This record gives sequence, structure tokens and C-alpha cells, in this order.
Amino acid sequence: MTKEFTLEDLKRVLLASAGAAEGVDLDSNILDIDFADLGYESVALLETGRQIELECRVSLDDGALAQVRTPRALLSLVNGHRNAANAQLREAS
Amino acid sequence: MSTSVVVTGLGIASPNGLGTKEYWSATLEGKNGIGRITRFDPTGYPSQLAGEIDGFEAGKHLPQRLLPQTDRMTRLALVATDWALEDAGVKPGSFADFDMGVVTASSSGGFEFGQRELQRLWSLGSQHVSAYQSFAWFYAVNSGQISIRNGMKGPSGVVVSDQAGGLDALAQARRQIRKGTPLIVSGSIDASICTWGWVAQGASGRLSTRTDPSRAYLPFDADASGFVPGEGGAILILENGSAARQRGAKIYGEIAGYGATIDPKPGSSRGPGLRKAIELALADAGVGARDIDVVFADGAAIPELDRIESEALAEIFGPRGVPVTAPKTMTGRLYSGAAPLDVATALLAIQEGVIPPTVHTAAISDYQLDLVTGAPRRAKVRTALVLARGYRGFNSALIVRDFRESSNN
Repeated sequence: MTKEFTLEDLKRVLLASAGAAEGVDLDSNILDIDFADLGYESVALLETGRQIELECRVSLDDGALAQVRTPRALLSLVNGHRNAANAQLREAS
Repeated sequence: MSTSVVVTGLGIASPNGLGTKEYWSATLEGKNGIGRITRFDPTGYPSQLAGEIDGFEAGKHLPQRLLPQTDRMTRLALVATDWALEDAGVKPGSFADFDMGVVTASSSGGFEFGQRELQRLWSLGSQHVSAYQSFAWFYAVNSGQISIRNGMKGPSGVVVSDQAGGLDALAQARRQIRKGTPLIVSGSIDASICTWGWVAQGASGRLSTRTDPSRAYLPFDADASGFVPGEGGAILILENGSAARQRGAKIYGEIAGYGATIDPKPGSSRGPGLRKAIELALADAGVGARDIDVVFADGAAIPELDRIESEALAEIFGPRGVPVTAPKTMTGRLYSGAAPLDVATALLAIQEGVIPPTVHTAAISDYQLDLVTGAPRRAKVRTALVLARGYRGFNSALIVRDFRESSNN
């Protein structure tokens, strides 16, 4: 069983894959702020998604990733995939 | 009368000096920027010398957000653009977005970034390739990133014609200004000193294999044996001349004339095209050979190409008829970055009344060149001709002229 992918995890991956925009404080309450307002455009999110896939060993659907607008929605997408993967693991065992 | 197009800002990144002031004083001193490669261990490669830019720390100049998505050449180009805009007194917002465009040249794109991602692809798998590989290597990436960073939405693009591209981009920028865009960021920065880039460059068979930095790149010399590559170049701010005057901008000079030709294919009975390119540029500028005060030579250091260049110059200007210089002997050949740096140097020569020297080289007497060697030469420089040739037959010639005296324009 793998643990949840948290906001702290996401911030770490965002910084590593795309850096931080000037004037944006990732430590403020960013959960519901649009990624565009945080300075992350579509390619930055694609790169972030790629890093999360490698780290969490999940496969995120590119189409679903493109729909994600906020950190909360991205965390929900990632953890949804993880829970589904974990459930499959449980069934298989 | 056509709109005059002038240069109001310079941003220079050169192996012998970072920034205009440092570059210009180094160039007058004859400081050599060529040395043994430090970026990787060149042992085992046939060519081991390059003109590398030392002391450039991108993180000190650029926002952290840009670093994961940029190759070295893009970082240098973005910083050189910042310097050029500052030099021109152009602040973000002082022009409307669609009144500013970006036209740069590129010779190879972001090789170092591409090499890293290819290594990841083959050693770790496709999931490990950065999404930024989609554009970070690309020829047009410098134009794109400069445009995004500065909010420039006017006509933009990239010209890819090897070393000649540096002049072709300035000519394209001039066209866009004449069509109505008030300001274009132009010029070029190239940088591909990485192992993959080095192998690709070596494939031309034109690189010097000498190991003594003062005997390796010797254009027009009896010992000419190929060139030493370098990294860097210059970004120039081009503006509509009357508009620049109106806003009280400092004006380095005017882009007065341009001509370009392609050499005939090998074995053709037609001669090389360089002479014709020069004649086209002279006609475009409305000047004669006697009006040219200095020529910034292409200086390939390939005996056959040196002969073609010196013959073209002797035919047009007469034997030893015009001072000729190749300050790129201090930097190596910067591919598409070379000619914009030469244009910037020519504008500084106009401003300061001094022709910088060609170093290390002694021209073969048969070439009949008045090559400025050893030390800078004091001279009244009003009009300068810059030449650049690209691999596989591109020839371009550009004329810059003092704008202070041309008040009738």
C-alpha cells in the first residue's frame, strides 16, 4: 500500500520540474488557485504530470491532466489513480 | 524614400567579454577568448579548442521559472536581450505588444539540452524525457522565449542559414520595420559546445585540430587550417529611424544595405557568389566601394574560402584598397552569432573611430589585403561592410552607416 500524494509532494515536484514564478508564494493557500495564476502553463503541467507518473508509478491520462485547473484537482486526479491501483493490488492478492 | 532602420541597443555575450563594455575593451586589447575546452574533457576528440564564455551564471540574471526549460544558448540570448533593451532605453510597456517583434537566427538550436534528453531516452526510457524537449532544442526557441519574456507579439521568426543567418535575420528585421512594426529585437546567440554538438560540428571537416590557442584559427594566413568554433553573439534592438530620433534614443547607426546570394553547386562553371552579395549590398545602401571605411571579413580560415573572400575584396575595393579586420580571431567562429557580433563591433568602431585588430594572423601577400593586425587602428569610420558565409553556399553582406550625419533621412 502506498501513501497519499500530498500538497507538499506536489509543491516539491512543481519546483523541480518547472520552478516557481516570481511573486508567487507556493507556501500560501494555493489549493484552489488556478495553475495559470500560479505561473504554470500547459507544458509546465505536462512536465509536472510526467514527474508525478515516474515518482508514483501511475499512468495519468493526458486528456484528464489537460482538464486539471488547480492543485486540489491535480491531487484528486493523482490519488484517484493511486487508490484504483491499490484496489487492483488488493484484489490480485 | 524607404524608412531608415537604426540600431539603438546592443547586448553582447562573447568568449572574450561578457557585456558590451567588457567585450569592447577586450577586443581592442586583442584579448584571446579561445582556449582548451573546459565544458567537457576534449581528450580523444580531433579538435580540442573553443571560444567558451566564462563566468555566466544564468540564475543570477533570470527567474528560476525559466531555468528548467532553457538551453544555455537561450539563457545567454535572454540575458543579452535584457541588456540590449536596457541599452536602448526601452522599458516593458513603453511600446504596445504588437509594435515589437523578434527575429533571430540559429545555426543548431539547443544542442546541450537535446543531448541530455536523448541520453535519458536511451538509458532510462521515453517517460524520462522532459516535456520541455518539445521546444527547448528548437531553432526558433530564442525568438519564442524573448517574445514571451518581453510581451512582444509583433512579426517574429527565425532564420536558419548557418553563419550567414546572423545577417539574414537583421535584414528580415529591417523588412518588418519597413512594413510598419516600430521595434524588432534581432541578432543571434549560438552555443553548442557539448559532446554531441562537438561531433556534429566536426562532421563539416572544417575545424582546426591545432592545440595552441594562438596558432589554431588563422584566416588569410599561409598556415590557415580550419576554424575554431565559439559560443555567443549579439542581440541588437532595431527601430524605425525617425521614431527613434523622436523618442530621443541613442542611435549607434543605420542598417543601410544588404545583399545575399547562394554559391552555384560544385562543378558549376559559374563563380562563387560572395562578390555579387557585396555588390548588392553596396547598391542597396546607395554607396560606392570608396565609401566603405572598413570590412569585417567572414574569415573562414579554409584556404579555398580565404582565397575567394580576398579575391572578391581585391576586385571590388582594389588591391589593399580598404582596411579589413576579423576580430573573430579572438572569439572563434560563433556560427549565427558571429555576424551580429561583427555588426555590433562595427557600430562601436563607428562610434569610437577605431578599427579593432585581427590577432595571430599574417595575411598571405598574394591576397592583397590591408589586414588590420597587431593593434587597433585609429580611423574615421562612417560606413562599414560586414560579411558572413554559411556552410553549403550562403553569402550575406550587410552595410552599417553612421546615422548622426545622415540628418536628411
